[in-house]
Amino acid sequence: MSRSDWEVVIGLEIHAQLSTSSKIFSGASTAFGAQPNVQACAEDIALPGVLPVLNRGAVERAIRFGLALGSRIAPKSVFERKNYFYPDLPAGYQVSQLELPVVQGGTITIRVGEGEGAYEKTIRLTRAHLEEDAGKSLHEDFHGMSGIDLNRAGMPLLEIVSEPDMRSSAEAAAYARAIHALVRWIDICDGNMQEGSFRCDANVSVRRKGAEAFGTRREIKNLNSFRFLQQAIDFEVAWQIETLEDGGRFEQSTVLFDPATGQTRMMRSKEDAHDYRYFPDPNLLPLMIEPEWIERVRATMPELPMAMKARFEREFGLSAQDAAALIASREMADYFSAVVAATGAEHAKLCANWMMGELAARLNRAGLEIDAAPVSGAQLAGLLLRIADGSISNAIARQVFEALWNGEGTDADEIIERLGLKQVTDSGAIEAMIEEVIAANPKSVEEFRGGKEKAFNALVGQVMKASRGKANPARVNELMRRRLGT
Amino acid sequence: MSLSNEQVVHLARLARLSIPEDVNVTRKQLDSIFVLVSQMQTVDTTDVEPMSHPQELAARMREDVVTETPCLAAFQAIAPQAEAGLYLVPKVIE
Repeated sequence: MSRSDWEVVIGLEIHAQLSTSSKIFSGASTAFGAQPNVQACAEDIALPGVLPVLNRGAVERAIRFGLALGSRIAPKSVFERKNYFYPDLPAGYQVSQLELPVVQGGTITIRVGEGEGAYEKTIRLTRAHLEEDAGKSLHEDFHGMSGIDLNRAGMPLLEIVSEPDMRSSAEAAAYARAIHALVRWIDICDGNMQEGSFRCDANVSVRRKGAEAFGTRREIKNLNSFRFLQQAIDFEVAWQIETLEDGGRFEQSTVLFDPATGQTRMMRSKEDAHDYRYFPDPNLLPLMIEPEWIERVRATMPELPMAMKARFEREFGLSAQDAAALIASREMADYFSAVVAATGAEHAKLCANWMMGELAARLNRAGLEIDAAPVSGAQLAGLLLRIADGSISNAIARQVFEALWNGEGTDADEIIERLGLKQVTDSGAIEAMIEEVIAANPKSVEEFRGGKEKAFNALVGQVMKASRGKANPARVNELMRRRLGT
Repeated sequence: MSLSNEQVVHLARLARLSIPEDVNVTRKQLDSIFVLVSQMQTVDTTDVEPMSHPQELAARMREDVVTETPCLAAFQAIAPQAEAGLYLVPKVIE
């Protein structure tokens, strides 16, 4: 048996913290970074007699998510109590949804890999439901006790559950990235993984190729980066296959990933789902969503990533790969749209090339996201128009871009003018330079006449050098050939 | 329908309930409730929608605005132990 005899089956549960101002069942603030417990009100800390009141903003965000994936928005959904005891869960239960979640079904198309081997795949959503987050336990030593911070208690979460449709860690990471990009795109979650606004659990199992039944799965908890997600799955898959091939067995269980060792380790064996003793929360009436509300929300939805990708390919003739890169985030797509709006659609390919070439490289080196780029879309467009009309060469354009990036000018035209970078196309000026170069390099001229094409390139290079890169290379070529009589 | 003694002990543990040492006592009491449940389960409910709440009402919702002001001092005053804004509890490690 070898690795290729096994099929990997992965399903993801993603917790996206919804970007509301107040909590899901109380009017306490959701702002990040507050002092411990100052944003935990009586409802959040479950004082006796408090009652939850549902946040309309949280429901609206769930509706937006459902609309984006073509899901069914349940006209009636029910909040239930998930019962367990833990100090950071003061009520002794978490309000969640089980039997009737607010978002049911739906699909998302992901793009896996890059370049030649890249492919698209549609992943099915099982459901997405609303629930409240729990608090945080701090285990540093407080005289042998644990400290509890309940600021996070009652934060609105959308738990997004996929079908077990992914067949590799690369597909799982691509799916997680697509959901991440989408929740930010439709403005329901800030996607900040460091702050825990977007967390992934991966259900992983393996089965022999061709087998129908799923293997025993293990759930990897709380993966807070896409890299860790992929690493953890790769380790877990290798461990499961090795264990099974050695004739071993394992139980359904929950494991933790340790980024320091790159390994997963057992956290607990699976409690039976019934152990949570779910039941409808008597304090919360069913959530009813009228079709009119859904339609009002639909009217505020932006163009979605895959629709935009298709439009970029259709309207601008971009390749699938270019279009996919441009819709990687809403900010990226907005930037591109701004540049193309200023240059005109006929230069869309040039815009895409520059965004994914020079701009992406500079952003990468500076560790910046595109919305923090020092060169605005309008500035880049101004630069690209000068390339397009032949005023400057690509090499000079990179120089101008550098100046724009460093804030050494307000726009491309101003920099080109000030630094005297405008391309020389005037025949007279170029011919004068050619004469100088020929006079100074009789040996090269001799060699060229003797049939050495290389010598010709050297001469052209000398002219370009004399013009400090500003001469139009095509024009120099043409005039040089004419001068040397070939 | 009836429970085993093991199930009774398991449920009591999950609910953090202290039950009499003789588990049979609790089990018999629960069984008497299950008689009622069994009786209800004989009713044909094929076309009856599961009821999550006795009233035919929809959840009232609030607008997404912050209405609470911090009252940490008052809450911490009634906590058995608190320090540096944290509520202290017996050490818990998973």
